[in-house]
Parts: sequence; C-alpha cells; structure tokens
Amino acid sequence: MPAQSIWTLLSWGPDGWSDDIASGVLVTIVLALATLPIGLTIGFFVAFAKQHEEPSLRLAANIYTTVFRGLPELVTLFLFFFGMPLLLQYIVRLFNPNATIDVNSFIAGMIVLSLIFSSYASEVFLSAFRAIPKGQYEGGYAIGLSKWQTMRLIILPQLIRIAFPGLENCWLSLLKDTSLVSVVNLAETLRQSGVAARVTKHSFLFYSVAALIFLALAILSSIATSYILRHLGRREAR
Amino acid sequence: MSVSQAIAIDKPPPQGRGWPRARILGYALVGIWVLFGAGIVAYLVYAWNAEFFARYAPAYLQGLGTTLSLVSISMVLGAIFSLPVAYGRMSKNRLLSGLAYCYVYFFRGTPLLVQTYLVYYGIGSFRPELETVGLWWFFREAFYCGVFAFSLNTAAYQAEILRGAIESVPRGQWEGAASLGLHRLQTLRKVVLPQAIIVALRPYGNELILMIKASAIVAIITVYDLMGNAKLAYAKSFDIQAYIWVAIVYLVMVEILRHGVEWIERRITVHLHR
Repeated sequence: MPAQSIWTLLSWGPDGWSDDIASGVLVTIVLALATLPIGLTIGFFVAFAKQHEEPSLRLAANIYTTVFRGLPELVTLFLFFFGMPLLLQYIVRLFNPNATIDVNSFIAGMIVLSLIFSSYASEVFLSAFRAIPKGQYEGGYAIGLSKWQTMRLIILPQLIRIAFPGLENCWLSLLKDTSLVSVVNLAETLRQSGVAARVTKHSFLFYSVAALIFLALAILSSIATSYILRHLGRREAR
Repeated sequence: MSVSQAIAIDKPPPQGRGWPRARILGYALVGIWVLFGAGIVAYLVYAWNAEFFARYAPAYLQGLGTTLSLVSISMVLGAIFSLPVAYGRMSKNRLLSGLAYCYVYFFRGTPLLVQTYLVYYGIGSFRPELETVGLWWFFREAFYCGVFAFSLNTAAYQAEILRGAIESVPRGQWEGAASLGLHRLQTLRKVVLPQAIIVALRPYGNELILMIKASAIVAIITVYDLMGNAKLAYAKSFDIQAYIWVAIVYLVMVEILRHGVEWIERRITVHLHR
C-alpha cells in the first residue's frame, strides 16, 4: 500500500474521505434539525402539564421526565432500536402474521433524541413558566382573550425569550447526542469518520476531524443563537 | 392577620369536582403510564427465565462494580485536575486563561463518545511510539482509556462548576477576610469555599448523575461495565429483557443519587431557611 499523505486522505474525491465525512455531517445536521421541532413541542407540552393545577397531569409529566432524564441515552436508544421492532411486530402480527418490521436507525435516533431533548427542554420551559407573573394571564383574560389566545399571544412570546438561553444548552447537548446514533449504524459524522479511520488506519487523524467538526457545529450554533438573541432582545426593547 | 385573610380571599376557588378536560387527559396519560409499567412487569414475569437470570445476574453485578469504579475514579481524578483548570479560567494571565478556556471549550463542545474514541482508537494507534515511552500498557486497556477520557471530560465541567461557585461569592467576602488579615488561601478555605459549596452541590450532583449515565458509552469500546454486559447478554440471547433490566438498574441508581443530593442540600441549607 503506497503511503498516502494526510492531504490526500482528507481530499475530496475517490482517494480522500472528505466527501464521505461531509455526507455524514449533513446527516448529523438533518437529524438534529429534524429532532428540534418535535422535541420543543413535546417539551413545551410536558412543561405545560407540569405547572398545571390538575395533579394527574403533573404526575404523568413528572414520570415522563424522570424516566427519560434518568435513563442513559445509550440505553434508551438500544431499548428503542431493538425493542420497538419487537413490539411493533407483535402488534402487526395480530393482523398480518407474515409481516416483518425493520426500524430505520434515523427514525429510531430521531424518536430517542426527541424524548431526551424534550425532557430536558421541559425543565427549561417549566422555569420560564414560573418566571412569568400570574398577572399576565389575568390581564389576558381581563381583555377577553380565551385561554388558548392568552397562551399564544401573551405567554408564549415571553416564554420563548426567557427560555432561550436554556434551550441553547439543550440544543448543544442534542448536537452532541446525535453522535450516539452512530452506534446503531446511522452514517453520520462519527460513523463516517470511524469507517475512514478503520480503512486507512489513521484513527487519530479522522477522530480528530470528527471532534473538530462537532466543535465547529457548536461554534456555528452559538453564533446563530447570539444573532437570534440580539433579534429577540431588540423586539423586547421596542 | 389581615394580610393572610386578604391572601385567603385572593386564592382561586378549589378545584371543581366534575371531569374537566384537563383531568380526563391527565387520567388518560397516567393510565397510559400505568399500562406501560404493567406491560413491562407483565413481560418480565412472562419472560421470566431462571436460566437467563442465573447466567447473567452475576455478570450484571460485576458490570455494576465496573461502572461504579469507573465513575468514581474519573470523578475524583477529574476533581483534582479541575483545580488547575479552574485556576487558569479565573487567572488574570491572558495566556493561562486562554489555554484553560480552550480546554474547557473543547471538552464541552465535543461529544464524549468522540473523545473516548480519540483516546482509545486514536492514541492507541500510536502503538510503537507508546511502547518506546512505556505507556502502552495504559492505552491498551479499554478501561484505562475510558477513565482517561472521562476524567479529562469531567474536569472541564467541574472546573466550570467550581469557577461559577467561587465567583458567586461576593467580592466583599474576599475583601472582608483580607481586612481581617487572612491570606488568600485561608480566605478561600475558611470563608469562600463553605459558601461556594452550597452553590456547587447541585451542579456537582448533576455532574455525577451525568457521568453515571454517560459511563454507558464505554460499553462501545469493549469495557464490560453494566451496559457492556447487557450488550453481551443481548448478543447471546436476543432477549430484550437484557436491556430492560439494565435500564431499571440505571434508573434506580440515578433516582437514589438525585434524592440523596436533594437530601444533602436540605441539610446544609438549614441555616438559610427560616
């Protein structure tokens, strides 16, 4: 095997691995971005349930966060990746005895990351809910808005502004947690770098590349969030 | 007494009896959880396999020991190593604080899994060099590599916790102690740290919990910790209860720790409650 220079290995094209790793980065970003809205929505509703006056709703929401914050991410992932097909198969076979179910690792990763992200985000939303004075709700009702309108027009805009820094942390850990899905063979950044490392035997190089990519993604997101934060801040000031 | 009466009047009327929509939803959700829990228990009873248990329970116990020792060694080493890092972060020296900042940023900005791979496969790939330095025995063992990566990682987080806690103590405390003639180390030990610990306790507890959860990933680099044994048991038996049992063990561990930290926090903040 001819000795290849580092630059050949990192080049774009058949000899290099940059194109493979870039496709992995794309998968990482898509996975994180696809998880975000689902996780935020679930997290919001869980937080809403947690501060509701109905005890049974609070109990259900607390069980949710206890379970998904208490389980290691990897265990949750494996439970879903291996357990969900069994469960689905069991249900589907009641109707169609010959069906086989295969779970896509992207979908499994998305579900698991949404569960984890939402349980952390719900804590952020909850503390934001608590920071909003009761008078805001009462003011909303007093001018004749319905419960839903008050939530959407008065509470939610303030909630997002208060929760934003906490949600940024959640987003950063979501970005890092996507690397776990490489374990169930999703071809994302870490997985692609690992393949390159195994084929070329330059493990240190390619895992460093993976680390730097995650670092770059983190830096990019903090630039983006500071831009959004400035935007939000300006709206508040007006 | 008029104030409490006013408050009593301001309170919303007690929850109505009937069945408002929220209550129906709440009961339904709790019902789903109960069903889910009962389903898992029923499954475990139905799939109860004395042979499986006899075969893998000792391995799980051993794995639990590995997990606990990995986490505790890493936490202690990380705590020791976090001291210079925290010192660097708070230092006025630009170079020192810049270095510490980069260290913390790297270890908090990249996934722990990547760091673990970088140590185990990355550094491990320099076998001839390591052998000449005489460090190969260390980087050959997946367990040591795990400890190494975890210590470096938690050191970055713990340094930030420490820094945050020390900086949360107002400057006046330092100045007051200085005016009493205590030197800096004495001030730190007798005045600042006792106050900082109260602030730092909860983040430290969270970090410990995060480490226990994160320790599951050493299973991927072939360490037979709790998760590693579950993986092995699943690979041999294709029985999903391998993962269900391990999930229960982790959940119980985390819950015990969480409540323990809350209990300690209540104890050491007794003087703050009135």
